[in-house]
Amino acid sequence: MRKMTKIDIITRPAKLEELKEAMNVIGVTGMTVTQVYGCGLQKGHTEVYRGKEYTINLLPKVKVEIVVCEVPVEKVLEAAKKACHTGQIGDGKIFVYPIENAIRIRTGEEGDIAIMDPSDIK
Amino acid sequence: MKKRLGKILCLSLLFVAMALPALAAGEPPAIDTGDTAFVLISAALVMLMTPGLALFYGGMVRSKNVLSTIMQSFFILGLISVQWALFGYSLAFGPDIGSLIGDLSWFGLNGVGQEPNADYAGTIPQFAFMIFQGMFAVITPALLTGSFAERMRFPALVVFTLLWATLVYDPLAHWVWGVGGWLRNLGALDFAGGTVVHISSGVSGLVIALLLGKRKGYGSEVILPHHLPMTVLGAALLWFGWFGFNAGSALGANGLAASAFVTTHIAAAAATVSWVLTEWLDHGKPTLLGAASGCVAGLVAITPGAGFVNVPSALIIGLLGGVVCYLAVSKLKAKLGYDDSLDVFGVHGIGGTWGALATGLFASKAVNSAGADGLFFGNPEQLLLQAYGVLAGWIFAAVMTFIIIKVVGLFMKLRAKEDQEVQGLDISDHGERGYMS
Repeated sequence: MRKMTKIDIITRPAKLEELKEAMNVIGVTGMTVTQVYGCGLQKGHTEVYRGKEYTINLLPKVKVEIVVCEVPVEKVLEAAKKACHTGQIGDGKIFVYPIENAIRIRTGEEGDIAIMDPSDIK
Repeated sequence: MKKRLGKILCLSLLFVAMALPALAAGEPPAIDTGDTAFVLISAALVMLMTPGLALFYGGMVRSKNVLSTIMQSFFILGLISVQWALFGYSLAFGPDIGSLIGDLSWFGLNGVGQEPNADYAGTIPQFAFMIFQGMFAVITPALLTGSFAERMRFPALVVFTLLWATLVYDPLAHWVWGVGGWLRNLGALDFAGGTVVHISSGVSGLVIALLLGKRKGYGSEVILPHHLPMTVLGAALLWFGWFGFNAGSALGANGLAASAFVTTHIAAAAATVSWVLTEWLDHGKPTLLGAASGCVAGLVAITPGAGFVNVPSALIIGLLGGVVCYLAVSKLKAKLGYDDSLDVFGVHGIGGTWGALATGLFASKAVNSAGADGLFFGNPEQLLLQAYGVLAGWIFAAVMTFIIIKVVGLFMKLRAKEDQEVQGLDISDHGERGYMS
């Protein structure tokens, strides 16, 4: 079983399409996308309802989760950094984790095979 | 007070003006098809205000309480319509007992039918008058629900509403509009319900907000409106329905109805502008919630005087109404620290009070000969009469609501438990939710 790596990319919702396209180009076949709220260095904004002010510092972001074994991690990181970069505060973060195992629910296959396209294996 | 009776009697014929020629000729009052059509359509317009209010309020609460908030208004449409047909109409408009309340001789609409009642509106079937007034009886307790949104249990709401409509709304409607009612006899002017509808609901709302206490997390958590487009849709339906509310209160398809229609629209428009401008200056941005709130504030403010004031006066009443109500919800509420969830007191209590007093300033017999002149038209006494009516409305609504809430509280739990409030009343009270994601 080859080494598998999980990459979480938390970034601007507006960058999602560009990121998906970049992943497609380097051969990443699967991903999980979640709409999330988060805060970091980016300051929030103020909203006013009937004269009462509220400070909103949790901003909408997307979290893209990718697990790779064949595609080099460095390649994913480079592509993601390039796609999500604007240079402004709020571009987001990337986290990299080792993966212990993976299971394809349909067939019960375990390990690297579970995250690869069966047609590629042949 | 008694020497004013002559003038006051003249005033009390306000809603009957159309019937006078027929009566003078010794003929029984005859139904006018135009008037009847107009009042029936106005009743339908006023009906639409209650579901409109449900959307107005529903958008302003958090998503976990959207259904329970809409339900409070929508269910009241059913509940009070039944109450009205059974005994509410008889208590409010039935034969007078001691200038305080109607008797029960019209129970179940007994004797109320297709013939006109010349005491109220001589050219339309009494059915039309009854159902038009019934829509007012419905929306008033529905307005009230905004003060305790997101925290009152549904069973308590049902019992409270039934008691409040019977013990506060019906007597107050009798005082102001019923033949023999003491405020009507006194000469206090209330064209379409500044005291009966708005002061009563606004002041009662404040009392309930104080008695129930603040929502969990109020002041510490961020509690925001979840769907402002829904709120604006609701506000638009209120504005639309209000033409029936105010113009329909002329009870005839006539010049006075047209005048009330125009003053209503101008005041709402002016308050929309003034609320937005005030907020813009105060907080730096013009908001849509402010525009929607402003139009309602203007509609409330013009309601008591809609059929007594001219267009320039309506403009002033609306402009000031928007500013006064904005200050009430943004400054007064923050200062006093009560949690009137959706600002029933700030908009209806304060707006209704301003409108009732403004009627004493701006009323003119040139607009409505059955009305009176206000302070600016040479009759300072009218302002005192209006203040008297306002005071009576405030005290009666506050005291009675206090008693009703205390009594209902002896028999059932008024407020949702803490975990139910956290979960949201949609699930805990109704077992359903508005949105599936």
